[in-house]
Amino acid sequence: MESHDVIIIGGGPTGLSAARRLSDLGIRDVVVLEREAVAGGIPRHCGHLGFGWQSHRRLWSGPRFAAELRKAATGLDVRTAATVLELVKDGHLRTQTPAGLAEMKARHILIATGTRETPRSARLVGGSRPQGVMNTGALQQHVYLHHNKPFERPVIIGSELVSFSALLTCRHLGIRPVAMLEENPRISAQRPGDLIARFVLGVPVRTSTKLVAIEGRKNVEAVEVEHRGKRERIACDGVIFTGLFRPETALFPAGLPSEKFSISGNAVGPLKTSGECWLQGVAAAEGIARKLT
Amino acid sequence: MEQRFDIAVIGGGVVGLAVLRRFAMAGLKCVLLERGSDILSGASKGNSALLHTGFDAPPKSLELRCMKAGYAEYLRIRQKLYLPLIESTAIVVAWDDAELAALPAIVEKAHKNGIADVRAISQTELRLKEPELAKLALGGVLVPGEHIIDAWSAPLAYAHQALAHGATILRNAEVTDGEFAGDEWTLASGQGKITAHVVINAAGNFGDLVEAMARPSPFAIKPRKGQFVVFDKPAHKLLRAIILPVPTARTKGVVLFRTAFGNLAIGPTAEDQDEREIAACDQDTLRRLRLRASVMVPALAKVDVSATYAGLRPASDRKDYIIEALRDRNWITVGGIRSTGLTAALGIADYASQLYAKNFGKLPKKPAEQVWTPVPNLSEGRIRPYMMGGEILCHCEHVTRGEIEAALAGPLPAGDMGGLKRRTRAMMGRCQGFYCSAHIADISKGHFDGKP
Repeated sequence: MESHDVIIIGGGPTGLSAARRLSDLGIRDVVVLEREAVAGGIPRHCGHLGFGWQSHRRLWSGPRFAAELRKAATGLDVRTAATVLELVKDGHLRTQTPAGLAEMKARHILIATGTRETPRSARLVGGSRPQGVMNTGALQQHVYLHHNKPFERPVIIGSELVSFSALLTCRHLGIRPVAMLEENPRISAQRPGDLIARFVLGVPVRTSTKLVAIEGRKNVEAVEVEHRGKRERIACDGVIFTGLFRPETALFPAGLPSEKFSISGNAVGPLKTSGECWLQGVAAAEGIARKLT
Repeated sequence: MEQRFDIAVIGGGVVGLAVLRRFAMAGLKCVLLERGSDILSGASKGNSALLHTGFDAPPKSLELRCMKAGYAEYLRIRQKLYLPLIESTAIVVAWDDAELAALPAIVEKAHKNGIADVRAISQTELRLKEPELAKLALGGVLVPGEHIIDAWSAPLAYAHQALAHGATILRNAEVTDGEFAGDEWTLASGQGKITAHVVINAAGNFGDLVEAMARPSPFAIKPRKGQFVVFDKPAHKLLRAIILPVPTARTKGVVLFRTAFGNLAIGPTAEDQDEREIAACDQDTLRRLRLRASVMVPALAKVDVSATYAGLRPASDRKDYIIEALRDRNWITVGGIRSTGLTAALGIADYASQLYAKNFGKLPKKPAEQVWTPVPNLSEGRIRPYMMGGEILCHCEHVTRGEIEAALAGPLPAGDMGGLKRRTRAMMGRCQGFYCSAHIADISKGHFDGKP
């Protein structure tokens, strides 16, 4: 069985930074397992500016930041299209690669699987199931990686930082959101996000407005919302569910199998920026290096 | 297209496809007309995927007869078509004294229906069998023969086998008009004129409307909506048996069941509505279902919901299935196939073939050589394609690029995104397409443009 000093699950900002740091600290037998075809994580498809400040004191776009992460990992053993199926006690992993199933083991395993947004289903939103309902993550991949325009006039659900990222993503392809809906009386992101949305991007932000149901046969035709006890219908052709990030912990639903495993970055709540994840990866690497040497 | 067929089946749900398969394998020239852009886009799209014994079906009903025949045939052919069977058993659980008192009658009815291995079990035995079940459960009836299958692979396999025996399946082919002249029907469809000697109405939620082409419909479809909540994979190990409620006259009730794909789900509700096409979920009902599941199995309170869906079953104003031949109209009615249709489909197909033989001419005694068309496996517990390698695109459900490409090709390629999901399970996991939907949209670009 393949055996290493450290295996890192996930090749996003946390995983790549941890791998780099471990190598710099003299722990060279490190493997990063990334399930996507390209390493770099979520920033790969955040096409707008706002990345790299905390880690590199630069202002980059997400794809540029991801490219810098990959450049920094040059010479390291980063394996793409490598999926971890199961964590086994004692530092074993069951994996899948294009070659088939395998088992690997390591003296330490760092889980850096990141985070994702809560989809419509887990929010128990009512209505029919037309095309054109997605998270920001999927929208960004449509727009920045595949140059698809999935809709023209969507509504954006949520008002976290990522919700404004969704707005910027829409603007990139000339998509004009009808409204941004926030269930709470105030927006979640810091001011002046809502003012920028309204006055710079021309999208009304409606607080205290809760999404009740999605309507449409083939494609989204409208959403039903509730504002101060009153129901209202907003015509639109798409729904973007933003935020409510949840750590990607599907590999360990009942907790970590043993002390040979640790977690870092956005696989542990609460949500951090990619720059903070980079810094956490560095810290995690230093902890692991102390433990192993 | 103007073509002449021996049989035209209207409706590409599990029942229509099983019927198509039966007649195509008997050597008749058959066509199936489906109004949707893919098969299984009506009632067969959202159900609980259970293989029922018929223990609680109305005694002596046609429904029971078709269920038992369908159940037996599924077990006979499933290995040749590589269809899954998760042998789970079911337990009808009593949650209060009134329900406990109703259990002996359930056992008695099951025995009357010929399901001899059904028996009452005590609270102690129930707890031994299902330790995660809430302590409120007082006792139950064990139904060893109730199993879990895959509601989409089975009809897909029937479709493929029908195609292999020369059948034609037309999608985007809504039948808008029909004319019967002497010995032949001419149907106007979204794919042009079709002529056929005999028409079989398997139109599900539109059954009574289609029936009106042949006669004033003797039944009215009352679409019954069922909403479901699906829990993420960690829930799968919390339960072994299908947990059934004590049924009422109207519905089998809300069931807690594992799925073939490694999840656990609760549903369906039973809500009558006029709308025949759209099955909308509502938030309050979904919340109630989730709560109810965690009352039955407390550990579920900690498990995430990964999907929700709703389906429409074609219940009618009649108590039983309506399957009959109109000899002087060259017409076979297959209507009011309510929630038991998945189980009964093969039995219904056989019954329809008997009606055909009685009214419209003998089927060839020895059918031509049979071709078996195994479907790709989607269910857990058996070899899945990713285990052999390949690039995984849908990480939640471990769906490979090869599976997606295969579902977009072949004799019956996915006709829309829903069809692609049902054929592969891509985007149906906990992230609902966060990671892979854009990629898959890209791969499937140009594939869904209203092809037959």
